[in-house]
Amino acid sequence: MTDTLTPPPLKAPSTVIGPLDWIRKNLFPDWRQGLLTIVVLWLLVRTVPPLIDWLFLDAAWAGDRDDCVAASGACWAFVNARWGQFIYGFYPVEHRWRVDLSMLTLVASIAVLFLPRVAHKGWIITGSFVALPVICFALLHGGPIGLEIVPTDRWGGFMLTLVVAVAGMLGALPIGILLALGRRSQMPAIRIFCVTFIELFRAVPLITVLFMASVMLPLFMPQGFSMDKLLRALIGVALFNGALMAEVVRGGLQAIPKGQFEAATASGMGYWKMMIFVVLPQALRTVIPGLVNTYVAIIKDTTLVLIIGLFDLLGIVQAGIASSDWLAPSVTTSGYVFAGFGFWALCFSLSRYSMYLEGKLNTGRQR
Amino acid sequence: MTRHSHDFQNNLNGTEIMQDAEDIIRIDELNKWYGEFHVLQDINLTVKPGEKIVICGPSGSGKSTLIRCINQLETHQMGVIRIDGQEIHADMKNIEALRAKVGMVFQNFNLYPHLSVLENLTLAQIWVHRVPRREAEERARHYLARVHIPDQAEKFPGQLSGGQQQRVAIARALCTKPQIMLFDEPTSALDPEMIKEVLDVMIELAQEGMTMVCVTHEMGFARKVANRVVFMDGGRIVEEAEPEEFFQNPQTDRGRLFLSQVLEH
Ligand SMILES: Nc1ncnc2c1ncn2[C@@H]1O[C@H](COP(=O)(O)OP(=O)(O)OP(=O)(O)O)[C@@H](O)[C@H]1O
Ligand SMILES: [Mg+2]
Repeated sequence: MTDTLTPPPLKAPSTVIGPLDWIRKNLFPDWRQGLLTIVVLWLLVRTVPPLIDWLFLDAAWAGDRDDCVAASGACWAFVNARWGQFIYGFYPVEHRWRVDLSMLTLVASIAVLFLPRVAHKGWIITGSFVALPVICFALLHGGPIGLEIVPTDRWGGFMLTLVVAVAGMLGALPIGILLALGRRSQMPAIRIFCVTFIELFRAVPLITVLFMASVMLPLFMPQGFSMDKLLRALIGVALFNGALMAEVVRGGLQAIPKGQFEAATASGMGYWKMMIFVVLPQALRTVIPGLVNTYVAIIKDTTLVLIIGLFDLLGIVQAGIASSDWLAPSVTTSGYVFAGFGFWALCFSLSRYSMYLEGKLNTGRQR
Repeated sequence: MTRHSHDFQNNLNGTEIMQDAEDIIRIDELNKWYGEFHVLQDINLTVKPGEKIVICGPSGSGKSTLIRCINQLETHQMGVIRIDGQEIHADMKNIEALRAKVGMVFQNFNLYPHLSVLENLTLAQIWVHRVPRREAEERARHYLARVHIPDQAEKFPGQLSGGQQQRVAIARALCTKPQIMLFDEPTSALDPEMIKEVLDVMIELAQEGMTMVCVTHEMGFARKVANRVVFMDGGRIVEEAEPEEFFQNPQTDRGRLFLSQVLEH
């Protein structure tokens, strides 16, 4: 659309200003704002340098308990000494490469999501996320593919946190989608089942669900049939979060205009084709913030498996703190700071990723 | 077209209706209620292949409901609707196959906003009609050219004007090679300058021999292409006549009143 008669467009006025101008404009626009700036600066001066001292300058980076007691800062020597345990739990040292390989598989599946628009991308993503748990379980547990079996009670630390979190996320989404669809179903039996399921699991704390899974469930199992404790916990986490997810997804389904259902129906699509190709892609897109909220909650809730005797990252750090050869106040603080940082890094990357996803999915598609 | 005469023996009323072998749509004694509200009353309508029917009438007279019954977006409680000789009812097993014979264009376009124009056009071809992707895309581009927007295939619906969106919607419906096209007020959500581009496409389609049932108040369009105008009021078909006859000399007071209101502005 080049019209020779229209004058050339005006250039946007320059927004580049000098540093002094910037300071005056943003930090001291009037006396009230200026006062706030000064208070905040004073708070920063009081807190940041001591924090840096504690975290880095005064910290004990190597050695044993005595070095830590001598140092006035954090005790990273403790984290250093227990690093292997924090990451791999009680997984046999000679088999740790299997854990590494599993984590690599996980990273690869996530990388698939970053693919540019290619044909069949939806199927590639779905396929890789169906394959992921199978491959990882085969690697971690061993057995069928000729690897030595590592029973799940030897799993622990960051690796167990990842296992519980990823299984919870991968399980919760399809369960949530099915429950949300079922709750809107025309068939009363399905609808009542889904409503009951959602309301039941939503109204109970996750701890209760985990207890039920680990203590009660075996009582109802048929004689001679036993299920792995970790597996039971994973199922509990997936079902619980599936119920939460269902309500998030239902919100998205309700936001889809009736015309979309009608257009799909009129073109000859049946219920499932309509849902898979027209409704769910739009519904899930609108609820990405809610989905990520649930996902972050899943990551943080993995710490609760401690109460049924599984040692996730936090659990194993706590166990390390309590061991007699590392009893010291700075060890306790450092351990919790380290565990906290681990969870923060996981959740923060997840939320960054979701922001990236939202931006990517929105380009050019607003109505 | 194959005929299965034994299919026609039973209809919901149990009465036997002789099927005119030429009808592509045949509606007999159609009645529909929304709760207690009798929205369609004793509708009888037949459409032969290649015919263009324009349905008009005041707001709330049941035009949309009638046209949506033809592909069973709405279910009816009494009467029989046959498409190409086959009775259509929402409870039937292969309803999707029958729906695929009927293309529909909506007032609000109802394009899929998360898919590109090309994907909008190939979706039903690939997943309902099992057309190979390459062929589906070829066909999509062919129909985009026919609605005069060959260069918008990669855009998303939100990036197009209303008139362009409606033409994409027409192309989308045509892609699956329907035998009948239904239009429910295709131009009434459009700005005046865009109405013409959509009507032009519809006129071309009519001239190529497509069977069309259009709910529209575009009287110029009706004059130009319609074989019959069906005037509805209060859930009934009040008049059914050739366009010139209906416009020059409506037989009912309600028809006259309606025409005076439509033609006034
Ligand atoms: N889902 C529904 N439930 C109850 N009543 C409905 C429903 N849909 C439509 N109606 C009523 O049925 C009547 C016919 O509606 P319909 O949409 O067929 O009218 P129309 O002739 O297409 O009108 P317009 O020109 O405004 O589109 C109206 O009185 C409307 O209020
Ligand atoms: Mg209408």
